[in-house]
Amino acid sequence: MDQLAQAPVAAPGRSPWADARDRFMRNKAAVASLVILALIALACIVGPSLLPYEFDTADWDAMKLPPTWQGFHLWGTDESGRDLLVRCLIGGRISLMVGLLATLCSVAVGIAWGATAGFLGGKVDSFMMRFVDMMYAIPYLLIAILLVTILGRDFYLVVLAITAFSWMDMARVVRGQTLSLRNMEFVEAARAIGVPTRRIIFAHIVPNLLGVVVIYTTVTVPGVILTESVLSFLGLGIQEPMTSWGVLIEDGTKVMEVAPWMLLFPGALLSITLYCFNFIGDGLRDALDPKQR
Amino acid sequence: MWSYTLRRLLATIPTLLAVITACYILVHAAPGGPFDSDRNVSEAVLANLQAKYHLDLPPWQQYLHYLNSLLHGDLGASFRYADWSVNDLVAAALPVSLTIGGLSILISFIVGVGLGITAALRQNSLADYGVMLIGNLGSVFPSFVIGPVLVLVFALWLHWLPAGGWDDFKPAFMVLPIALLTFINVATIARVMRGSLLEVLHSNFIRTARAKGLPTRLVVMRHALKPALLPVISVMSPLAISSITAALVTETVFSLPGIGKLIVNGAGNRDYTLVLGLVVLITVLAVTLNLLVDLAYAALDPKIRYH
Repeated sequence: MDQLAQAPVAAPGRSPWADARDRFMRNKAAVASLVILALIALACIVGPSLLPYEFDTADWDAMKLPPTWQGFHLWGTDESGRDLLVRCLIGGRISLMVGLLATLCSVAVGIAWGATAGFLGGKVDSFMMRFVDMMYAIPYLLIAILLVTILGRDFYLVVLAITAFSWMDMARVVRGQTLSLRNMEFVEAARAIGVPTRRIIFAHIVPNLLGVVVIYTTVTVPGVILTESVLSFLGLGIQEPMTSWGVLIEDGTKVMEVAPWMLLFPGALLSITLYCFNFIGDGLRDALDPKQR
Repeated sequence: MWSYTLRRLLATIPTLLAVITACYILVHAAPGGPFDSDRNVSEAVLANLQAKYHLDLPPWQQYLHYLNSLLHGDLGASFRYADWSVNDLVAAALPVSLTIGGLSILISFIVGVGLGITAALRQNSLADYGVMLIGNLGSVFPSFVIGPVLVLVFALWLHWLPAGGWDDFKPAFMVLPIALLTFINVATIARVMRGSLLEVLHSNFIRTARAKGLPTRLVVMRHALKPALLPVISVMSPLAISSITAALVTETVFSLPGIGKLIVNGAGNRDYTLVLGLVVLITVLAVTLNLLVDLAYAALDPKIRYH
């Protein structure tokens, strides 16, 4: 009875974004992934300054220690006695930074490309999309390797090389969405009452694109992180003494017989991160695109 | 079918040309020429060398020469491996990569389709969840984590198989690399197969087939399988391209003397011409594979041909 009395008479209006947020919050796997990911990111950001070790100082008395409380090497040390936990967190900074930057760049390129193709339509559209098809047929990692071989292995060049081959999914999706939105009745109605094109784009088309953009962004991030790790694993990405999860895994593979923790910790960290992004992507898809459920 | 084949064939030419041109420009924009070594070479020898490799010509003529030699199947000379042409290196490495890659694609197709059918026919059973779990793991865990873990378990702890290396096509050295590549591909194939078979099984013509009293085995084999395989075939070409990526990792993890190892070493040594040659070769292979998959798709699904 109490509850009934407290219920509001008229339900307040709800934005579709609030609905989406509620749907996302109900997805336990996605929320748990978000929490875990936030913890990993937080640890990467503040962890290294809280721990008593630097990521690049060698300690010849503590080489290849297994995980131990002694000297507070919780995840052990590597072959030069550097604390593995600190290295994993610093490597995580780089991996996540590359992921974030390359994703931002490829999302920007993808939206610009896809929206232009979708709006202009006709010959321009078919030419631009033919180009995207072409990019798909190319074994991208090889070109990334070629780029890195020639331009060097600077952090920003690695980002550039990855961006060059991760924008196509976004372009395709945005183009498809734009194309179908352009012919929607509400856009026609807006045009009929004389809304200027610029306002149609920003007030009607862009908000409707946001959903797919958000979904595909979360799908792009793990792919990009994975590409960086593969490059670094092959010794063609981030360079010593700087490190990333890919570099750490490569270091770990070399000594896995005597120091398996050097492979297992960074491997687990990377895998968990990728897994979390996948769950979040699924959760967002369900939340933002109720038609598909 | 013939006109479709021709159209698709013609469409690959711009792709190949664009990739080759872009890579060529990239490589030639890089600082340093092939003969800037520490060794002092006399002017005459240098001039001869440059004439031999057409380096004395203007860039566009060099490019045409390069295209011409590509058309004759000549990938050029290696910067770093003296006396080796890229062709020699490829001839030694390609059989290794093709054996590993071909066998793993074949096995993963058979196993993946099998698992996908099993999962779809027993939807929401334990077997289904098991298959989907494998599918998830294989598509999320990176190959360069799974690979070393396989070595750790099967070579270093159990001592069942060699940890890596290559000995003249001896099967023991192939098991782990093929297992790794297969694991990655099976995941995708099984997932796609399960999804598409489930969809087909819910369609009207399957209900008709069941209604006329066909046993499930025949319904699946004779009616459902062919349409359900279409999405699997269309996923084979992106899979083949990602297998090339995975092959780089696999050959590095297991130190196999294949194309992937060659390209990684070449990139490490900044051996531009070798990397360029290999990128061109693999792009041609990838585009050809794409074409074959598209044609297979068109042969199975007439709707595509009249598009």
